[in-house]
Amino acid sequence: MNFIKKTFDKARPAFSEGGRLKSLRSVFEGFESFLLVSNATSRSGASIHDAIDSKRIMSMVVIALMPAMLFGMYNIGYQHYMAAGLQGGLMEMFAYGLLALLPKIVVSYVVGLGIEFVVAQYKHEEIQEGYLVTGLIVPLILPINCPLWMMAVAIAFAVIFAKEIFGGTGMNIFNVALVARAFLFFSYSSKMTGDDVWVAKESIMGLGKDLPDTFTCATPLAEVGSGDVTTSLNDMIVGLIPGSVGETSVVAIALGAVLLLWTGIASWKTMLSVFVGGGITAALFHAAGTSPLEWYEHLALGGFCFGAVFMATDPVTSARTEGGKYIYGLLIGVIAVLVRVLNPGYPEGMMLAILFMNLFAPLIDYCFVQRNISHRMKRAKANNR
Amino acid sequence: MIRRIKLKKGLDLRLQGQASLAASTLPAEGIYSVMPDDFNGFSPRPVVKEGDSVKAGEPLFVSKDCPELKVVSPVSGKVEGVVRGERRKLLSINVEADGQQEHKTFSTTATTADQIKALLLEAGLFAFIRQRPFDIVANPQDTPKGIFVTAFSKMPLAQDFSFALKGEEEHLQAGIKALAAIAKVSVGIAPEQEELLSPLLADADVYVISGPNPAGNVGVHINHIDPVNKGEVVWTLSAEEVVFIGRLMKHGKVDLTRTIAVAGAEVKQPAYVKTLIGAPISALLKDNLHREEHIRIINGNPLVGTKTSMDGHLSARATELTVIPEGDDRDEILGWIMPRLSDFSTNRSYFSWLQGRKKEYNLDARIKGGERHMIMSGEYDRYLPMDIYAGYLIKAILTADLDRMEALGIYEVAPEDFAVAEFADSSKLELQRIVRQGLDLLRKEG
Repeated sequence: MNFIKKTFDKARPAFSEGGRLKSLRSVFEGFESFLLVSNATSRSGASIHDAIDSKRIMSMVVIALMPAMLFGMYNIGYQHYMAAGLQGGLMEMFAYGLLALLPKIVVSYVVGLGIEFVVAQYKHEEIQEGYLVTGLIVPLILPINCPLWMMAVAIAFAVIFAKEIFGGTGMNIFNVALVARAFLFFSYSSKMTGDDVWVAKESIMGLGKDLPDTFTCATPLAEVGSGDVTTSLNDMIVGLIPGSVGETSVVAIALGAVLLLWTGIASWKTMLSVFVGGGITAALFHAAGTSPLEWYEHLALGGFCFGAVFMATDPVTSARTEGGKYIYGLLIGVIAVLVRVLNPGYPEGMMLAILFMNLFAPLIDYCFVQRNISHRMKRAKANNR
Repeated sequence: MIRRIKLKKGLDLRLQGQASLAASTLPAEGIYSVMPDDFNGFSPRPVVKEGDSVKAGEPLFVSKDCPELKVVSPVSGKVEGVVRGERRKLLSINVEADGQQEHKTFSTTATTADQIKALLLEAGLFAFIRQRPFDIVANPQDTPKGIFVTAFSKMPLAQDFSFALKGEEEHLQAGIKALAAIAKVSVGIAPEQEELLSPLLADADVYVISGPNPAGNVGVHINHIDPVNKGEVVWTLSAEEVVFIGRLMKHGKVDLTRTIAVAGAEVKQPAYVKTLIGAPISALLKDNLHREEHIRIINGNPLVGTKTSMDGHLSARATELTVIPEGDDRDEILGWIMPRLSDFSTNRSYFSWLQGRKKEYNLDARIKGGERHMIMSGEYDRYLPMDIYAGYLIKAILTADLDRMEALGIYEVAPEDFAVAEFADSSKLELQRIVRQGLDLLRKEG
């Protein structure tokens, strides 16, 4: 411990203003605050503080994403081995998935954190932790066959134009990971949707084998669009189906949801409302005969669970008033199913629903805050009469 | 008439070093110091110079804007120094106590509102009355819509007023009676004080207020009893300051003795001390500290008090003196992922929820995280039991949007109401400083 502190103390002059490496100050400070708890003490107001900070919050979300990520890795291998007709053990399939996904995670963090470091250096601020979460979510909501360079471009776009120009973590209007996905979805839609992107096709370091270019495999939601549902409910919940990397397993996402709700980092109001809104809408469509899927199948398939648990609950872009959270969540659920059922072009509606409601969250909050304001004004008038 | 208010929002935090219920008396010796900064919104003009002799109850400085508003000496003795800081700002007036404690005497015949106001002004006790909006020293020209007194505090390590009141019951009664002549008085008490206090408060409306910290804050009481609207003024006091008024009404002299809690994890024997305001901290803490380095001495409690030092003096407003570890000598590795079992957090990613509500924590003054933009939503509202959107109000202040601050209810709050929220804030914003800034800005511009 002393050793770490001494190392940092020794290196500090070089990174400070006027030092040799001053252009890396933000990186130095980022690593220092990552390893050592700053012993800066309070200068005004409360002399004592809660141990919670945004580093802890963001790392909890990252931990909550772990089950979905690990299962996603296994599923990448599983889908590949199935398609290739290979027999493989659990570890082998997992290893394949790990090798397929790891480069994406690395690239995502390198690009995103790189931009964060530069911005922090430029603005003379501390590194903000928000990207720790975004950087892991992005690879999990993309199809495995999305090329690395595309992802890198999308992340750069999203971090700069959806976050930094608004002022950084806490000031953005749209969920950054979803902006990256929407960027890809509309710019390179052939790599984001269709039947060609969901199963990894190459052999990696001797694992798996190369599949022919003509191999295709649709997600269950796309199959619904063309009329036939072949996936069992069991598969939908366990998640051994094609889809974006992290979104397939309801069980893995539920594990993350438990952690987020238990620590209070995600709002149960938002999360529950998304499911209620989506469930009711899907049940209505099913009853009307518009959708062949039962309401629970709608909730289990596609990005619904992942979006409801990890993205709708993003505290920065969701509604911030307690009452507003119900409306915000409910409408996300409703719109997601609406898009799925009524728009044949898009088999999945979760991304658009959340982005759309991100846009409306301030309006919902405005109504609640305004109610408080007019209540106060009325009271003042009544008293001064 | 007794009414009951139950509050749910807030947080009770227990810290090590609660003062045990035993009081000693600090003799009036050495240098006593009165600091204008304790009287917010007051621009001081000294009326004594070095070498002057003063009696207890004679003015040391007066308000530039309103010369009849005075702050008086707690002790009799010789003025030892008029201390000024940058740009000749008056920092304090120090009086060397002569140990005789001679008092200036006042008449005790005042009965009407104007007479009582004049007496309080003359005796320097008016300066202890604060007003909302702005949480500053009240303006004697105002007619308040009510006077609000709080008889308890839920802050960590706070003074237990029921104990401090021992032997002063008749003074509290007399003080309330005097205030009731000026305006309607409402007193907020804790449920466990009902038996002790309600017989003494016949001249006031009594509200029994239960709930976690900040349930003892007078601002919270006002918000639930009769909120402050634009254009209205209420006056606020703590119950011990009402006792000061009672002593004046009964005996015709100014006796600024408080029974303060000397508490905190760094204090060897935390207990109560009867002392005059402005007493030297070094005398209050003499031979009673575990160590002299890496500690933080706080005038008041750790949530709203201000940092002071061994050379400092007891603040005029402080009902407790607390000493906690500073924490600047602690090195912790990877704190963001460690279990940190001895630390307290409202968040369940730490384990304080496992350790029961009775556990006493030893918290130091570290912020334990970097300042960020407001990320989590509703964090402040959970610790502010008022009909106010705290996060939105803070944002309005940060953007200096006067109209919006007003619309969101800034007239109803004081910095101390945000103390618990500031403690729990994961974005580590200095909420009390921000609120004070907003109030000052609004007062200047409005």
